[in-house]
Amino acid sequence: MDNIAGRKPALGWAVNISVILIVLLWIFPTVGLLVSSFRTADQISSSGWWKAFFPTEQTEQFRTADPDGRVQDGDVFVVEGVIFENAEANIASWGTSSRDVSAYAPGETADLGDGETLTLNEDGTYRWTGNDEQISGRGQRFFVTATQPPEFTLRNYDNMLFGGSSDNISKAFFNTLTVTIPATIIPILFAAFAAYALAWMDFPGRALLIAFIVALLVVPLQLALIPLLKLHLSIGIGKGYLGVWLAHTGFGLPLAVYLLRNYMAGLPRDIIENARVDGATDFQIFIKIILPLSFPALASFAIFQFLWTWNDLLVAIVFLVDSSGDTTVMTRHIVELLGTRGGNWEILATAAFVSMAVPLLVFFFMQRYLVRGLLAGSVK
Amino acid sequence: MHPAIQAVLTVGVAVIAAIAYFYLSNLLLDRVLFPARGKNAGRNINRANMIRPWLFLFPALFALCLYLAYPVVETIRLSFTDRVPGGYEWAGTSNYQQMLREPKFWEALRNNFFWLLVVPGLSTLFGLIIAQLTDRLSWGNIAKSIIFMPMAISFVGASVIFKLIYDYRPAGEEQIGILNAVYLALGGAEPQTWLTIPGLNNFLLMVVLIWIQTGFAMVILSAALRGIPEETIEAAIVDGANPFQIFFKIKVPQIMPTIMVVWTTITILVLKIFDIVFAMTNGQWGTQVLANYMYDKLFRANDWGVGSASAMVIMLLVLPILVWNVRQARKEMR
Repeated sequence: MDNIAGRKPALGWAVNISVILIVLLWIFPTVGLLVSSFRTADQISSSGWWKAFFPTEQTEQFRTADPDGRVQDGDVFVVEGVIFENAEANIASWGTSSRDVSAYAPGETADLGDGETLTLNEDGTYRWTGNDEQISGRGQRFFVTATQPPEFTLRNYDNMLFGGSSDNISKAFFNTLTVTIPATIIPILFAAFAAYALAWMDFPGRALLIAFIVALLVVPLQLALIPLLKLHLSIGIGKGYLGVWLAHTGFGLPLAVYLLRNYMAGLPRDIIENARVDGATDFQIFIKIILPLSFPALASFAIFQFLWTWNDLLVAIVFLVDSSGDTTVMTRHIVELLGTRGGNWEILATAAFVSMAVPLLVFFFMQRYLVRGLLAGSVK
Repeated sequence: MHPAIQAVLTVGVAVIAAIAYFYLSNLLLDRVLFPARGKNAGRNINRANMIRPWLFLFPALFALCLYLAYPVVETIRLSFTDRVPGGYEWAGTSNYQQMLREPKFWEALRNNFFWLLVVPGLSTLFGLIIAQLTDRLSWGNIAKSIIFMPMAISFVGASVIFKLIYDYRPAGEEQIGILNAVYLALGGAEPQTWLTIPGLNNFLLMVVLIWIQTGFAMVILSAALRGIPEETIEAAIVDGANPFQIFFKIKVPQIMPTIMVVWTTITILVLKIFDIVFAMTNGQWGTQVLANYMYDKLFRANDWGVGSASAMVIMLLVLPILVWNVRQARKEMR
């Protein structure tokens, strides 16, 4: 059959290779940030993340220890120490002037004039010698070009989740969770009953109502911001969790009703009519038959709404986040970090990945329902 | 009390309240208002069944009207009024006139137009190509999964991801943004601050949304491709069509309605695009879009009149799609 279909082997190869390239292109951006979140600030700023898997040659500036700690050795003073804690670093060259950073090989001794010398050995130990005047003030500056093995660290995550700085994202994480749970469940409660009525009950105006809901599906929520904020302020809800839960409920309802109605309308008519004949009330039919059968659609919508509320920025900053900063959500926190910590990629990358972790887990474990929901929601 | 506990309690209360509402209101209807016994039993059952749908619909309808329908009307009203101390004042079309005089508004409108032109088209096109390429691949599902993954990532998270790609370091320093690194490797003279280059920066922001939305288009179109009847393709093969002809002349025409649905869905999203611009450039350097312009007016300039007027512009742009959707839905109902 494959042969009849005109599939030439050459074409097969071309397809395989182009798909591999596309997949790499698509995953590349995310991997970049993920890798960066496991590197130290120095590593990130000294080399691109794509070099993180290879030993890197870096030129860094060092200073010897302060001359206060000098020891007298005969008629000269000596300061000794070690520059690398990491013993695997491989020193290629070093120098004492910024204009010629690779003047000496490891083990060589640099003559700094008038008998002052500096020696850097292959193992990273150095020895700075000179007379009383020379070995004073600040430590001697020198430059080292070394190859360092790839190294990854969990310190960024430790800092962002458990550290004491104001960048800490754990509070925002729990705030986001607090927004998300009710904002996912409450619309389902409202929508399921309405969807049942629209799918299986006959009443005048039903078609009109469905059209109304289809229309609301695309109403931009931007229109709702000011009127609803005004409403919330006037009835005393103000800015806060209750407000954001209600707002998400309202904005999620059209999709919920639409998805669930389409699904419920597709359930077999016989089951429902048999139950009616047997004397079941609508309420019983709904609870005992429709609801369990609609589980896939409920799961689809729940995943949608979860992803949407977890990733939302606009609704949160309008209805929830106030100037106290106690109710900040992760998206808001990250936007703030982008402003204040624009160059600190170890902080940004880690914060972004903390916020992405939960949606990505949900995505990979429940992809089936997500796809089904998408299909039901848009192909119809 | 920690807000998280509050959240769990709220969920509990909401579930109990919802079930109690539906159960008790049904009980009230059947037992007290129109009991199905006595001499009017038949009439009562009919009446109860006329009212019951509205019991089921009431909470959802109430929330929909309050949170979506009422704001539309209220925004129209606000766009024609000015806020004055202690109330509102009829302002005629002055808000709209002020908005039309602002160059930032025209910039936003122009950019939204470009977004509209580029993003839905390219996302749908890429989605279609990938859907076709992965269709018969043994590892197609894994590939699709990876390309679909950005759907789970927030716009803000995606903005961080792409800001690292567009990152700029002064010439002479090691470039950590891959775009600059590639640019220099290909012979570029010096590193660029990509997000400040007018014209190009808009396109770089669009890339973020295309990256996210291609997966969506791919999933839908992939299902549509699978739904094409085998016979039509077999007939084409028998007639000697090559794979490209099969794709363009047999498959694409058959899934055209689905392509339209994908295209309109992404179009609506593009009209409302906010987070990406807000997080990456905040509308500087000529990247303003309508939703961010509106946010600026509402919450930075505190000008509700002009803010509402610009919200109405977004609504007007969405309106044709809204009408089309409603007509499609009504057609299917029949």
